[in-house]
Amino acid sequence: MKNVFALVEHRQDKIRDISYELLTKGQELATLYGGELTALLLGNELTKFIDSLKPYAHRIMIVEDAKLKDFNAESYQIVLSNILKQEQDFLLLMGHTASGMDLGASLSVELGASIATDCTGIEIENDNIIAIRQMYEGKLLAKVNLNIKAKSIITIREGSFPPQVSNLSAKVLDFTSPLTAEPSYRRFVEYIEAPLGEVDITKSDIIIGIGRGIKEKENLLLVEELAKTIGGIVGCSRPIVDAGWLPKDRQVGSSGKTVKPKLYIAIGISGAFQHISGMKGAETIIAINKDPNAPIFSEADYGIVDDLFKVVPILKNKLTAMKA
Amino acid sequence: MNIVVCIKRVPETSESEIKVDESGKDIIKTRLTFDINESDNYALEEAILIKEKLGGTVTAISCGSPDNDATLRMAIAKGADTAIRIDTADLGEEVQPQIDSFKIAQLLKTAISKLEFDIILTGCMAKDDGYSQVGQMVAELLGIPHAALVTEIKIDAPKARAKRELEAGLLEVLDITLPALFTIQTGINEPRYASLIAIRRAAAKEIKILKWNELGMQDTELRATIESLFPPPIGKRAEILQGTTDETATKLTNIVKEKGLI
Repeated sequence: MKNVFALVEHRQDKIRDISYELLTKGQELATLYGGELTALLLGNELTKFIDSLKPYAHRIMIVEDAKLKDFNAESYQIVLSNILKQEQDFLLLMGHTASGMDLGASLSVELGASIATDCTGIEIENDNIIAIRQMYEGKLLAKVNLNIKAKSIITIREGSFPPQVSNLSAKVLDFTSPLTAEPSYRRFVEYIEAPLGEVDITKSDIIIGIGRGIKEKENLLLVEELAKTIGGIVGCSRPIVDAGWLPKDRQVGSSGKTVKPKLYIAIGISGAFQHISGMKGAETIIAINKDPNAPIFSEADYGIVDDLFKVVPILKNKLTAMKA
Repeated sequence: MNIVVCIKRVPETSESEIKVDESGKDIIKTRLTFDINESDNYALEEAILIKEKLGGTVTAISCGSPDNDATLRMAIAKGADTAIRIDTADLGEEVQPQIDSFKIAQLLKTAISKLEFDIILTGCMAKDDGYSQVGQMVAELLGIPHAALVTEIKIDAPKARAKRELEAGLLEVLDITLPALFTIQTGINEPRYASLIAIRRAAAKEIKILKWNELGMQDTELRATIESLFPPPIGKRAEILQGTTDETATKLTNIVKEKGLI
């Protein structure tokens, strides 16, 4: 009998949404295995979280310790390995988040476990644990077999399993923190909030998102003119910020801003999931990209498969004429 | 500071058509161009910047076939002092194409443990498989601390202060004791280009080749294997506007007008 565990993620006194996604999928898998789903909750002053988690799991295992106040891969790993080393047959679910990415792979080594990361699906086929995940920038999907069945860790991409409220009433268990001292090698210092930029793109009804396809910084002018024509603002995907062409506060995506404008025009953006997760809530999405297989076209309502340097100037003229 | 930087050579896939090969478990690579993985390039630059500031050496290391030598030579041309390639050919035809993150991490750990190092840098994610596992595994195997998704490193030996990127633009500041491993996020610096002279000089440099079985490894068991690769199901799909550039622009303008989007 396999027991399923889900690591509850919380930061700055709030449970992160991914936790409920993990618990939803975890309950489905635990039922399939005839085992129990345990929500693992590490931190301090945790009582406030219990009520909202209770309906989602069979058990909530609480590790209360002031030394666990803020996420730290070193101390989290000590605690989780102490808990899971007592398990004969387990599957641990974590978010493929900044925390899960930091922690999952090293924990798998300590536990001698199989790991599959950034997964969007989990299937049990003939008793094999199969993780479904994207490869090659979303152009293909892979079925990955976790060969050590009795010790498996899967990290889940955010938004893969819509949370469903369940009617369980979890038993609350205390697990004594094995930490005897503050973590010795790695210490949390502080959080730095994203600085407020000159413009708040989340307030704009029209956003033109630009990506790698823009090729040169000088070409930004072309898009800025289009934005001016239609009263929009220019946002971008990560590579544009990495290159220093636009400030961080213009970045749309999981490590930047989440935007929900009336109109989002993606220009030269292939559509990596990190970007999609920041703009999929737009009412209408238009994509211009020369690659017909770009993932952005699976998200967009309307698409033009063409060279952006040919389309954008003509489009600008036609929209100017329309507005006149 | 002696710095080891782990780099991977990956196919450029964002603007190429990707097809599954006969085995159903790998892609057809013959028409693809290869280059250093994007975040590894930032890791390499960070290694060189630390060396330029604090002195020491940079060793670039990679796992795989002789094709990787070109990537390692470019690392030398940019400023790495030595380059090591762990040749995986002897793993056999069955294991090699399926080699998993843990096996790569074991190979890197075995090679790196023979070196003197204060800092190990890797990219935060390989663009081809997208796993984000190897760096953290190498750190665990070596018994040293790590931090993932790092966007700034300030060395103050025997410690370093690092910033790592969390969600929605939030940063975490942390202190870590050296030796430590950092997985580097893109955008941390501005990767340089090598000069032609440096590229020419690097061509003559020896790359140290380590055979996997010479590293004292026998275990070929894999912890995670790809069962199949397949194209994603066609879900919602944009209405693609057809015609010449002028026609598609007109159609789009009409849609914008009719729907009152602007």
